[in-house]
Amino acid sequence: MSFEVDVSLRRGAREIAARFSAGEGLTALFGPSGAGKTSLLDMVAGLLRPDRGRICVSGTVLFDSAARIDLPPEQRACGYVFQDGRLFPHRRVRDNLLYGWKLAPAERRWLEPDAAIAFLGIGHLLERMPRSLSGGEAQRVAIGRALLSGPRFLLMDEPLASLDAARRDEIMRLIERMRDEFGIPILYVSHDRAELDRLAAAVIPVG
Amino acid sequence: MDVLALSDAEWAIIGLSLKVSLVAVAAVLPPAMLLAWVLARCDFRGKILLDALVSLPLVLPPVVTGWLLLLAFGANGPLGRLLAEYLGITLIFRWTGAALAAAIMALPLMVRAIRLSLEAVDRRLEGAARSLGAGPWRSFASITLPLTMPGILAALVLGFARSIGEFGATITFVSNIPGETRTLPLAIYNALQVPGGEAAVTRLAIISVLLSVAALTVSEVLARRAGGGRAGHVL
Repeated sequence: MSFEVDVSLRRGAREIAARFSAGEGLTALFGPSGAGKTSLLDMVAGLLRPDRGRICVSGTVLFDSAARIDLPPEQRACGYVFQDGRLFPHRRVRDNLLYGWKLAPAERRWLEPDAAIAFLGIGHLLERMPRSLSGGEAQRVAIGRALLSGPRFLLMDEPLASLDAARRDEIMRLIERMRDEFGIPILYVSHDRAELDRLAAAVIPVG
Repeated sequence: MDVLALSDAEWAIIGLSLKVSLVAVAAVLPPAMLLAWVLARCDFRGKILLDALVSLPLVLPPVVTGWLLLLAFGANGPLGRLLAEYLGITLIFRWTGAALAAAIMALPLMVRAIRLSLEAVDRRLEGAARSLGAGPWRSFASITLPLTMPGILAALVLGFARSIGEFGATITFVSNIPGETRTLPLAIYNALQVPGGEAAVTRLAIISVLLSVAALTVSEVLARRAGGGRAGHVL
């Protein structure tokens, strides 16, 4: 199994809980806004700590409240593509792309910067600052930054949400190629059913 | 321009003022950053108290701050005695004491500037850095720190300006000793007391203005550079 997740977290009056396991390819978390999908991704990434439960990805236990295992985010080797891109505003595109690549141990890198830049078609953006990028450009850079960090799995949080129709199709084709060419497990959040019918091998309802 | 021809004694005053202010700002920057970080990022009981304590020199009459320093670091003060016994350091009536007074007076302004800037940093960027493989320290050094730089530069300028202008706490704590604790404002005050001292007052006042403008200009240039071409406004 690629993803085995069984977690719960109480925040005030609200309970975020999910239990699923998923195989190869792209697994989607599907549900209305505010159901806690992003919180679930944050828990898998280690940015949010569940009250209890267990998170296991491709056989590696990332979190287990019973066994007192809680790997810090930097040891989880996840490539997280945030909904808003979340590029570092004070670094050029090139330095954003290489941030995780430079930190990754050599044996974990499976994609070279040149290959990623060609794959994403962002060679002309390298010297730009993030604030000068369009939504689609920023999202491609964010995907490249995540891929280059040597991830063992990808988390994608509504990567199409801020894009117009033409850009959506372009990024969706990229995600399909990533899924098929790189064979990396992807946990994908969306509230758009049509998007998931096209991309996802399995859909897990949340909320 | 005979008015602007400085005597050796006046050059010495400028040198002393610069030395006192630069040492004060450099010494107080690390604790100011730590305090700003604690106040911006941590929640604990007594935070309001710490906040008030840090801001105290801003609202107290400087003479009172100087007097409190005298009580603490004087020859019979608890901290003064400790420093003298174990480190052989005396602050009272020394330029180092003037630097301490300036540092205490600059602290609240510097903490405030850094804290505002820290609070404006999107913490989710730190999460992004962590997920890309950076530990907490690297995330702080490569993301938080550079994004806080305009605030730190503002703090340095404010602190330096406050230190250069420091008068009340200094004269109370370390007195007005030529060549040791007589900084620019104290020298201006002294010259005002002397018949025929107007020319000296004018020269020293012009120097004060020039120093302040120079500090502002340097910080603007640095802020622009740190901002990668962004129009940086420090203050």
